[in-house]
Amino acid sequence: MDKNNRTRVMDESDVHGAVARMAREIVEVNEGTDGLVLMGIQRRGTQIAALLVSEIERTEGVTLEAGFIDITLYRDDLMVVGPRPIVGESKLPSRGIDGQKVVLVDDVLHTGRTIRAALNELMDWGRPQFIHLCILVDRGGRELPIQPDTVGQRVDLLETQSVEVHVPEIDGALGVEIVTMNPGAV
Amino acid sequence: MSPAMASSSVPALGKDLVGLESLSQEQILMILDTAEPFKEISERRIKKVPVLRGKTIVNLFFEASTRTRVSFEFAEKRLSADTVNISAAGSSVIKGETLVDTARNLEAMRIDMVVMRHGSSGAARFLADRIPSNVINAGDGRHEHPTQGLLDLLTIRDHCDRIEGLKVCLVGDILHSRVARSNIYGLLKLGAEIAVCAPKTLLPSAIGDLGVQVFKRVEEAIEWADVLNVLRLQLERMEEGYVPSLREYNRIWGVTARKLELAPQDLLILHPGPMNRGVEIDSDVADGSHSVILNQVTNGVAVRMAVLYLLAGGQPGSAEAAKAETGS
Repeated sequence: MDKNNRTRVMDESDVHGAVARMAREIVEVNEGTDGLVLMGIQRRGTQIAALLVSEIERTEGVTLEAGFIDITLYRDDLMVVGPRPIVGESKLPSRGIDGQKVVLVDDVLHTGRTIRAALNELMDWGRPQFIHLCILVDRGGRELPIQPDTVGQRVDLLETQSVEVHVPEIDGALGVEIVTMNPGAV
Repeated sequence: MSPAMASSSVPALGKDLVGLESLSQEQILMILDTAEPFKEISERRIKKVPVLRGKTIVNLFFEASTRTRVSFEFAEKRLSADTVNISAAGSSVIKGETLVDTARNLEAMRIDMVVMRHGSSGAARFLADRIPSNVINAGDGRHEHPTQGLLDLLTIRDHCDRIEGLKVCLVGDILHSRVARSNIYGLLKLGAEIAVCAPKTLLPSAIGDLGVQVFKRVEEAIEWADVLNVLRLQLERMEEGYVPSLREYNRIWGVTARKLELAPQDLLILHPGPMNRGVEIDSDVADGSHSVILNQVTNGVAVRMAVLYLLAGGQPGSAEAAKAETGS
């Protein structure tokens, strides 16, 4: 039984609305879709990136390059002794990222450590023209000087709270929930 | 696995990789699954990830090896480890230093892992029980060659999409082969059916105890099998009287194009290398459509990267803890 207290802050249509707005912003800021490459961060960033890609393709009538990136091997806590995290798959877009306008997409932005890892990994892959950061939910609590360029929703959370983005491919539904840990359950 | 637990960790492998005999089915599958994403790293322009940065690995080879040593070294370097190679020739080993003394001296220079090949069966376990570093067996005598077994499993799974229920036949020198042993343990744990096919002089007398079928003719094995793993005939065996002549060995036990005429199109042929072309395997078979021998070599790097990654996460590693684990 889940003893935690859950509050739904975005339902399916809210997420679609946010994605549509973020898609418009991405196209606007880049003045079109030339050289645009969307890279999702595994696992749920990949799903959010896919939503953005289909939205941009629908409204602009283009075909976008996309890929995804697993940052496990670039984590800064791998030297901590303990069981190993599962390594996921990475996929570079077919024409690579050299000289491309890379939009890095993730579901939640918290400490910024995941983004640091993703930036290092992208730099090992090539030299993009620039990297923009696009986040569905920014929950604050940064530990590194990293800020998003495009945000779907900002939420202010307590230390005992976390935010969960659910996507159909993994969780069976699309939506965002804030989870408050029950003090008794810790 | 619940969604909230999705980015969770893998089950621990222990301090060392000595053989597949002591691993569970779950652990073997975990290594194979971990190897999958590591394949892609070797296809990148910059073939390097920072996962073992700052780790020192010693490749300690008391027996000749090219493929395995180079494969381990690529795996280590692509994970950003610092590596040192020591081979028996030209080291203090020929001055009479014992294995434990060699290892303790390396320990004193603060290393993290040892990859060892040794001529004596059991050498890897012996070392693993005595030093706190992770030990990976790169072949010990006639005992095991676990990373070769794993890369064979990965290659078979790549091409057949499964291992359970497959019929795999090992052909050739089973008696002296650590590759055969690691294959048999790994394949049985993953639910394959196994047979061996070899002259009686090159079969262990207790082969039946391993739970494998024995074929007396290569033609029968080819008819039965989904996969043939052709083992190297060590040429010194001829002088020792195990086989009458290389030509006769090839005629009876060699995998030749003529014998493969009856084989199904999708029969898979593996060979751990180095090959004796024209002895246990003919050139037109080794280079033919059934052969996945070079895929094995490519997969070897990925499997070794996976093993290094998993072991480096480490246990609170000490020789005592390792002993306690395996002592029961």
